[in-house]
Amino acid sequence: MISFTVNGKSVSVQDPPSTPLLWVIRDSLKLTGTKYGCGMALCGACTVHIDGEAVRSCVAPVSRAEGKKITTIEGISPDITHPLQEAWIEIEVPQCGYCQSGQIMSAAVLLRENPKPTDEDIDEAMSGNICRCGTYPRIRRAIHRAAEIQAQRSAK
Amino acid sequence: MTVGAASTDVDLKRRDFLKTGVTLGGGLLISAYIPQWNEASAATLSDPTDPFVPNAFVRIGTDGSVTVIANHSEMGQGVYTSLPMMLAEDLDCDWSKVRVEPAPVAAAYNHSVYGIQMTGGSTTTTSEYERFRKMGAMARLMLIAAAAQSWAVDPQTCHAEKSYVIHAPSGKRASFGSLADAASKQTPPTDIPLKDPKDFTLIGKPIHRLDTPSKTNGTAQFGLDVYVPGMLTAVVARAPVFGGKVVSFNAEKTRAVPGVLNVVQVPSGVAVIATGFWAAKLGREKLDITWDDGPGKDLSSAALRKQYAETSRTPGIVARKVGDPATALASAAKKVTAEYEVPYLAHAMMEPLNTVVDLRDDRCEIWTGTQFETMDRMAAAKVAGLKPEQVTLHTTLLGGGFGRRANPACDFVSEAVAVAKVAKAPVKVVWTREDDIHGGWYRPMWYDHFEAGLDAQGNPVAWTHTIVGQSIMAGTLFEEFGIKNGVDSASVEGAADIIYAIPNIQVDLHSPKSLVPVQWWRSVGHSHTGFSVETFLDEVAHAGGKDPYQLRRILLENQPRMLAVLDLAAKKANWGAPLPPGRARGIAGHFSFDSYVAQVAEISIENDGTLHVHKIVAAVDCGRVINPDTVKAQIEGGIVFGLTAALKTEITLENGRVQQSNFNNYPMVRMFDSPEIEVYIVESNERPTGVGEPGVPPVAPAVANAILALTGKPIRRLPIKPEDLRAA
Repeated sequence: MISFTVNGKSVSVQDPPSTPLLWVIRDSLKLTGTKYGCGMALCGACTVHIDGEAVRSCVAPVSRAEGKKITTIEGISPDITHPLQEAWIEIEVPQCGYCQSGQIMSAAVLLRENPKPTDEDIDEAMSGNICRCGTYPRIRRAIHRAAEIQAQRSAK
Repeated sequence: MTVGAASTDVDLKRRDFLKTGVTLGGGLLISAYIPQWNEASAATLSDPTDPFVPNAFVRIGTDGSVTVIANHSEMGQGVYTSLPMMLAEDLDCDWSKVRVEPAPVAAAYNHSVYGIQMTGGSTTTTSEYERFRKMGAMARLMLIAAAAQSWAVDPQTCHAEKSYVIHAPSGKRASFGSLADAASKQTPPTDIPLKDPKDFTLIGKPIHRLDTPSKTNGTAQFGLDVYVPGMLTAVVARAPVFGGKVVSFNAEKTRAVPGVLNVVQVPSGVAVIATGFWAAKLGREKLDITWDDGPGKDLSSAALRKQYAETSRTPGIVARKVGDPATALASAAKKVTAEYEVPYLAHAMMEPLNTVVDLRDDRCEIWTGTQFETMDRMAAAKVAGLKPEQVTLHTTLLGGGFGRRANPACDFVSEAVAVAKVAKAPVKVVWTREDDIHGGWYRPMWYDHFEAGLDAQGNPVAWTHTIVGQSIMAGTLFEEFGIKNGVDSASVEGAADIIYAIPNIQVDLHSPKSLVPVQWWRSVGHSHTGFSVETFLDEVAHAGGKDPYQLRRILLENQPRMLAVLDLAAKKANWGAPLPPGRARGIAGHFSFDSYVAQVAEISIENDGTLHVHKIVAAVDCGRVINPDTVKAQIEGGIVFGLTAALKTEITLENGRVQQSNFNNYPMVRMFDSPEIEVYIVESNERPTGVGEPGVPPVAPAVANAILALTGKPIRRLPIKPEDLRAA
């Protein structure tokens, strides 16, 4: 039995310890916002946070989560008010939307560590996430916009 | 693995299919009035109170909610917003009350041109523009009639506005919700005039997409996200060679994997059924299968390429002939010859294929992200031994489609039903990324041979183009529809209908057969003709000493809409203005899916051959625009999609094996190599036309033409590789 918290809730799972966290989150916990895209940490669709660090859950064994705090896309805000979510909606980033959970989870770590990222910072932080619909120019704009929203909020 | 032929035994009579297509194409909205809509709408009812259901496409709740039924799949192109916009425009409802829901499978929801329920060909907006507006107008007229009746006034003195019917002379108002019940009792009108476009309040405005919030918090449900009670998960080991068959298999080690419940042979291979995905995948890795590879074991891209190249130098079936190209070529002042090639390409949607099937004795329920509802339901029924009406198919959101989810053989749905027959429980069949890349149904490999003759002034006076590549339509339901006199229209689109004013033209076609299954891939034939035609035209311009933009202007004198987008793109990209050293621009235009797109690429090349695409400026004329932000998004996305094909991806075969498997060796354009993109829309009152695909074709040639301008070396093969660009 492996125990950890997901989005603030304590869970214990019976999956074998080597099972990728992705499939525990999806198949066992039925949190389907975290996506499968490649299974090899090549596309970023499965990105979640383990103790605040962006992790490709498709290659992270669930044993790594023992005692840790896991955040998935469902947990980054209760009501779609994270600056990134607001910016994503304002800029109309998603097309098919499948990769966007992973994009937002990667961007969330970037924005926390670097409140005013440059284009180069965005290239570096976001190039592990593939979007086949080609929403990159809008993701870039939305991250800049989210940085503004975040700055406005902390100024209040 | 079945190859191409499987769709021919689907029980849809070709004649009926064609007849339906023609009737609906020429006629007006008949399908919305035929009895099936009752059945279809009843199936979608979920409101607690009796809603007003004037037709198959909308229902209005007593709470005022307006639910639009979308008969086209949402795969990113924004139709779950643009379809409701078109209907809401003529309904005059409050947009904040509008929601959208996928249609069930029913004849009422058939494509108004193609005659089956499907999404593709960049046709959703163009084919539904009139129907959805009429369906909204019809509902509005019935609501007005109900209000006028209760007020005992002439309906002509009433109008609708933001979900209210208003009688201006008396100031009376009634909400749509309060009128829902009375409107249900009105006779549907037969004369349904549409709004004057000058009165539009939604169409043409950048309305926020209805599906976006759900795509930022993980609640959007794709096929892979469907979990039904008691559901198992299966993966299938498919033949490593196209056309291969299972001889025997040993599943002892597979069965020993915890969570694996069953291992069974299905027509497409060996299915491992387990409690979850991971157990199924681990189990599949331990399978020991003996395959009969069949004749496919000798397939090789190198051999195909050689064969295609030789074939391209021989005459094919003529797809178009204007003037006397042979004589004009012979007497030309200068001749230019070039050959172009592009590889097989996988669609690589971010959401790998998957289907959930709950099969019972007398019914079957399916959840899948498909572009091909009618066909998939029919194929599922056949595999299950049921009638199509006994199969309920739920269309989920699609995590990308690009054509792959409109499979002519209904491969992913048929296979899932075959697995469900042995699973004896609801089952989800999941394709891994490797299954997807290996799985065939590729954009065909193409080889193009060109010859052009120039007059003494450098203008092209003769143009011949021989195309070699597999037919997509052959062996499918669409054969009769799409192949005329041996020419598959999808093979020559963008080439046979070349819009440049050249007095002598010949385009001909060879359609070699292969075991590699091929399929429509975003922009289909245009994905290669856009590249070859526009790149060769630049070679012609260079040979004739002409500016490529100015030559196009001359050749487009009778094509005002193309000329306008070309001029707009050139102007916005500052065509001709000086650039920093080491940078160059290239221009290309292409007409596809009835839309006009021109693009200018700005590039530079490092000494080691690394290519940087800094910027793409695009101009588009797609007729009347429903949602301008969606049009821009589609062109942006098309550019990135086209750039991946231009710079990154190829599927190659050796000893019958596909050599790519995942995003490490089938790489995508990523954030760091994604260019700055500007999109400009030409305002138009013409009929709305496609936007999902037309952004793709001009990218590769715009980049290739910029490289030619910078280096003097033509690009004749995609993907463009650093070794092609290294300084000599």
